[in-house]
Amino acid sequence: MLNANAVSRLRAIVGDKHFRTDQEALVAHSYDGTPMLQSLPDGVIYPDTTEQVSEIMKVLTEYKIPLVTRGSGSNLCGGTVPSQGGIVMVMHRMNRIMEVDQENLTATVQTGIITAEFISHIESLGLFYPPDPSSMKISTIGGNIAECSGGLRGLKYGTTKDYVIGLTAVLPNGSILRTGGKLMKDVAGYDLTKLLVGSEGTLAVITEAILKLIPPPKTKKTMIAMYHDLYGAARTVSKIIESKIIPATLEILDNPTIRVVDDFAKLGLPRDMEAILIIEQDGDPEMVERDIATITEICKSEKADGVQVAANREEAEKLLTARRSAFTALARLRPTTMLEDATVPRSKIADMVHRINAIAKKYNVTIATFGHAGDGNLHPTATTDARDHDEVHRVEEAFAEIFEAAIELGGTITGEHGVGLVKAPYLEWKVGEAGIEVMKGIKAAFDPHNLLNPNKIFAKETRKRVVVQHG
Amino acid sequence: MANTEVMKKPNIEHSNPLSRTLLQKLDYDQLTNCMRCGFCLPACPTFRETGVEPESPRGRIALMKAAVDGLLDPDQQFIDQMNHCLGCRACEPACPADVKYGQLIEQTRDAIEDHSPHSLPIKGLRKAAFKGLFPHRSRWKLVGGSLAFYQKSGLQKLARGIGIMRLFPQELREMEGILPEASSKGVVERVGTFYPAKGERIAKVALFRGCIMDVMFAGTNVNTVELLSHAGFDVYIPKNQVCCGALHAHSGEMSDARELAKKNIAAFKALGVDYIVSNAGGCGALLVEYDHLLHDDEQWREDSKWFAERVIDVSALVMEKGRIPSFAEPKADSEPAVRITYQDSCHLRNVMKSSGAPRQLMRRVGNVEFVEMKESDRCCGSAGIYNVTQPEMAGQLLEHKMEHANKTEAQYMLTSNPGCLLQMKLGIEKHKPNVPMKAMHIVDFLHERMVSSK
Repeated sequence: MLNANAVSRLRAIVGDKHFRTDQEALVAHSYDGTPMLQSLPDGVIYPDTTEQVSEIMKVLTEYKIPLVTRGSGSNLCGGTVPSQGGIVMVMHRMNRIMEVDQENLTATVQTGIITAEFISHIESLGLFYPPDPSSMKISTIGGNIAECSGGLRGLKYGTTKDYVIGLTAVLPNGSILRTGGKLMKDVAGYDLTKLLVGSEGTLAVITEAILKLIPPPKTKKTMIAMYHDLYGAARTVSKIIESKIIPATLEILDNPTIRVVDDFAKLGLPRDMEAILIIEQDGDPEMVERDIATITEICKSEKADGVQVAANREEAEKLLTARRSAFTALARLRPTTMLEDATVPRSKIADMVHRINAIAKKYNVTIATFGHAGDGNLHPTATTDARDHDEVHRVEEAFAEIFEAAIELGGTITGEHGVGLVKAPYLEWKVGEAGIEVMKGIKAAFDPHNLLNPNKIFAKETRKRVVVQHG
Repeated sequence: MANTEVMKKPNIEHSNPLSRTLLQKLDYDQLTNCMRCGFCLPACPTFRETGVEPESPRGRIALMKAAVDGLLDPDQQFIDQMNHCLGCRACEPACPADVKYGQLIEQTRDAIEDHSPHSLPIKGLRKAAFKGLFPHRSRWKLVGGSLAFYQKSGLQKLARGIGIMRLFPQELREMEGILPEASSKGVVERVGTFYPAKGERIAKVALFRGCIMDVMFAGTNVNTVELLSHAGFDVYIPKNQVCCGALHAHSGEMSDARELAKKNIAAFKALGVDYIVSNAGGCGALLVEYDHLLHDDEQWREDSKWFAERVIDVSALVMEKGRIPSFAEPKADSEPAVRITYQDSCHLRNVMKSSGAPRQLMRRVGNVEFVEMKESDRCCGSAGIYNVTQPEMAGQLLEHKMEHANKTEAQYMLTSNPGCLLQMKLGIEKHKPNVPMKAMHIVDFLHERMVSSK
């Protein structure tokens, strides 16, 4: 229960309409996009300005009330589930594009704006903001910053962290912190901008961001290649990079995904293929033609069983359907879909897919894998039913072993979804004891009372490492 | 390892009677299928207007599930929220997991209706409309007749003149101003129960005439018959067909909807037609789901499947199976092409999955330029009787709709459903686009421009 004084002060800050404690509001902010997690907050608040956020933080700190900040609640690691109760702060009202500076090629926005709406505005001005998480139609820039979202264009253009150059953020004591600026170079002290990107709402409430824009590529071409041999596909990925070509998109679908997608979208895909690569290059027309020709040669030399280059945009859209419908097709198989994002160095993609398939078999669960082959970021996706506790347990065991395998191959437990609640027990496997200590020190420096998104990133207990059996 | 049996529904003792009914009526599998990804949020008109989670499909499903799971006590706020949904079902095509939201909201409203605290006058009105009027064809004709009398006798002019209409709520007053001329002579009275194909017959079809369509837009029904005939179809119009039951189903009167469905299935099955043609997206969307509506009724399962498989919208049938007549706007060579635009019927687009066929037909009309209106796939706010029950939200949606309509600078606004058509007429009347605009049913527009002999 919230302290009555705290409630009346919060109401006074944002107005009655924008602070709610009715059961409808509490239930509708008790979950995010992560399966099987739900926890009721004690109140929901919708601020409109950075100053309001600052006033709200002062009250929350005074009464030691925990806060979860969220945009659209599409998080996949339980990062915006209010597991400790307290207040959920929804940033949707702070959705203004404050400035697009065409001289400096920057945009200044409030963080509650929907990413796709921001991108469509930027594109209407003939500019380009590359980070394109698959959730961009619903997710907010603030959510993307908090999780350091990636997307399909990560290989060539980088991820959210590469485009955030300045932030306005509110600390738990209410002070307003401004980092970076419209600056391509800035080494004044620690890089707090980069530190806040990917901090999952645990360090500060990010209210405004200065984003870097770039000129858009002039043209784009799309192709697909299919393989009976997974390693042929993997070698193709390595050889493309060795040939000094960085494609705009380089996606992979494994055999279980191909089958499911074909059932769903009736694309007539060859169901015996072990892998399909979907490749796009963008840039100046001559360069794009040259690169696509070279990539086609590489695919053929690695014994691709079919290579197809789209002649126009419509054909390209058809080729992209296979990748785009992967998540939808999987989501329809069973009631519960668990989407992970284990990531390995791209040279280990084939090994990782093999390991995932063996692990799925070992635990007798369905896991299909697709993802961003170019940057080694895979999405092993388990389909199950939350009500079947035995199977859910086996899926969790399988994922633990998948995380272990990723780390063993030089990879990480999460490439773009974040740690949140779900992967907190595995964080130490990746960053070690020293890493955890440093991170906890940073957390305490920003948030001494542990009010911002408590319980996330840091687990009460690290999971025992899985004993991996080889052979 | 043996699979543990998947629990169908939670085992909770609910003290609130509405919770108990929700537990009994809601399909728990569908509730579980929602994985809360949030992809439905930008598709939902009420979420777009308000920006708050409970006003979204994901939010409403979470509220339903919380009521069933014993996490929420369904109170008046819950009931209001469920009634706030337009039922446009734009969330369904956006859903990766194929959650049947339309079924969930109907089950919820059905449960709410069982415990409805409607005031006596509202109860009386609902009863009069749902039980006394919609199921009875003869009474509709009377309504048509008296409406026609009211309009033709000068009473309408008089009523408007002395301001009687000002005594009614604003929304009803506005509606009254744009009502078309009603008629007691429906399509059967005008063309009979059979109308043969022009030229070689492609298939045998039956027209679903609808109740509002046949009273307010009987001319459109006649034009539909003639268009179908020109496209090569023998058209039957079974006299014993009744209301589709859509307004009942959307308002939670499920058992009435089922009874109407049975009567229609019997009427059409007897004719053994290849297709059952609808020219109203709102009716068609329920007709095409009769198999789901009667799913639990063993006796009707097969016949309802037979029926649902044959239901098709008039545009889709002409475009996909017919001999498409030539259409052209008669004009002098020097005149610029006539501009037209289109407002999707939500139920035609999202449930009958037919958004391409009407557009393809419109693009075929000579001397006519089709312009796509921004967000033409979004609900106009008509939504059955929503514009009467939720006037504020409906008014906001219509205002935004007309801003987009104005930008098209089209002379004609075409639609595929009577509710949308009336709403567009209301929008034009209220918001006066810069270029004079006329709202028309797509069939009437096409029929007027058929080039071959009529």
